Amino acid sequence: MTNLEHVLTAAQHKEVIENNENVMICCGRMGPMCIPVYIAMDELKAEYPNIKFLDMEFDSPDAHVIRNAPECSRFMGLPFTMYYKNGKVAKATTSIQNKEQIKAILDQYLAS
Amino acid sequence: MNTNHFDVIVLGGGAAGLTAGIYLSRAKVSTLILNEGMVGGQMVLTYEIANYPGIEQTSGYMLSLTMKKQAETFGCVVKQNVIIKDVNLEGSVKKVVLSNNEEYTAKAVIIASGGSSRNLGIESEDTFKGRGISYCATCDGDFYTGRDIIVVGGGNSALEEAVSLTKYAKTVTIVHQFDHFQAFEHAVEAAKQNPKINFVMESTISGFYGQDQLDFVKIKNLKTNETTDRTIDGVFIFIGYMANSTKFQNKVHLNQRGEIPTDEKMATNIPGVFAAGDVREKQIRQIVTATSDGAIAAISAIEYIQNQ
Repeated sequence: MTNLEHVLTAAQHKEVIENNENVMICCGRMGPMCIPVYIAMDELKAEYPNIKFLDMEFDSPDAHVIRNAPECSRFMGLPFTMYYKNGKVAKATTSIQNKEQIKAILDQYLAS
Repeated sequence: MNTNHFDVIVLGGGAAGLTAGIYLSRAKVSTLILNEGMVGGQMVLTYEIANYPGIEQTSGYMLSLTMKKQAETFGCVVKQNVIIKDVNLEGSVKKVVLSNNEEYTAKAVIIASGGSSRNLGIESEDTFKGRGISYCATCDGDFYTGRDIIVVGGGNSALEEAVSLTKYAKTVTIVHQFDHFQAFEHAVEAAKQNPKINFVMESTISGFYGQDQLDFVKIKNLKTNETTDRTIDGVFIFIGYMANSTKFQNKVHLNQRGEIPTDEKMATNIPGVFAAGDVREKQIRQIVTATSDGAIAAISAIEYIQNQ
């Protein structure tokens, strides 16, 4: 388990992105490509208090809200990481990202 | 007391660095581990560890957290996600400067900065990461169920992962730059016996192409220089590791591969500077060999300090 808040259901996913202006959700497994992203998110929480950082288990049935998102239709590498602004997908990435890459996306798409 | 001065600074928090931290701190030697990124190094990227003595099965992530906790329990200071701007390894007081201009000094330094996965160095490689290019069979193998894929490499990881990927893929083509493999014989045999695996030897991938995802690659025969296009669904790259030693160029002696040569005590050519783990010149890179290096480097550093 990660130290992040978990999204467990599709309903919770909807509620989170609708009720928070800036949301980052990493949808993966506890694997080598996903863990570095979770840890980077955990470390970035303090730096970006206006962004909600969460994870979602890729293999949970309700994770279809991310697995089947149009932005992820060509994705073939875990984790699928979603960045939401005002309830809409602002950016989506596939596979491992380092802390600097994540920060660049947060600054460009969510921090404003 | 200067809180930025330690007996030993360990540069790197992978298996070697954390082990050095455990040994040094337990010996009451004040120790600082500085790590760029999160601790654990390559160990964190290992999904399942089943050959670390005394532990039947664990993940690299859990093992690294346990090692960090062990080191901290003995009083070791661990700073993660720092960026090392400069190091001065000469003289009796070694100095490390971080990107935020914080300075740390020590009587001895252990370089345990580890290694990183090697990539092919093709510009388009990053574009297709997660869109046809992968570095983890366990993570992404199921996305390629019933598809045709390529595995690049000829070492143990490449051969073993190629066999594991046949659980999902329709075909697996191993592309390797030499006419023979570097992997252990049993891994080569397992790949050769698998009917889904075929081989393209003395060749390399020279380009990745596609729109939103990988459609085809160019394969270059290194003997004839002939290039052929091949339609493919995915490429898994396992071409080994390189030492994280760029910061130590011209500071300590490096070999042609950028690794740090040491003696049996892990001593480098600079007095009071030791190296341990994957950054060191050696043949076998395993977690257990890294921890061994870390322990030896720590004991040697203690000996060095006592003799000053």
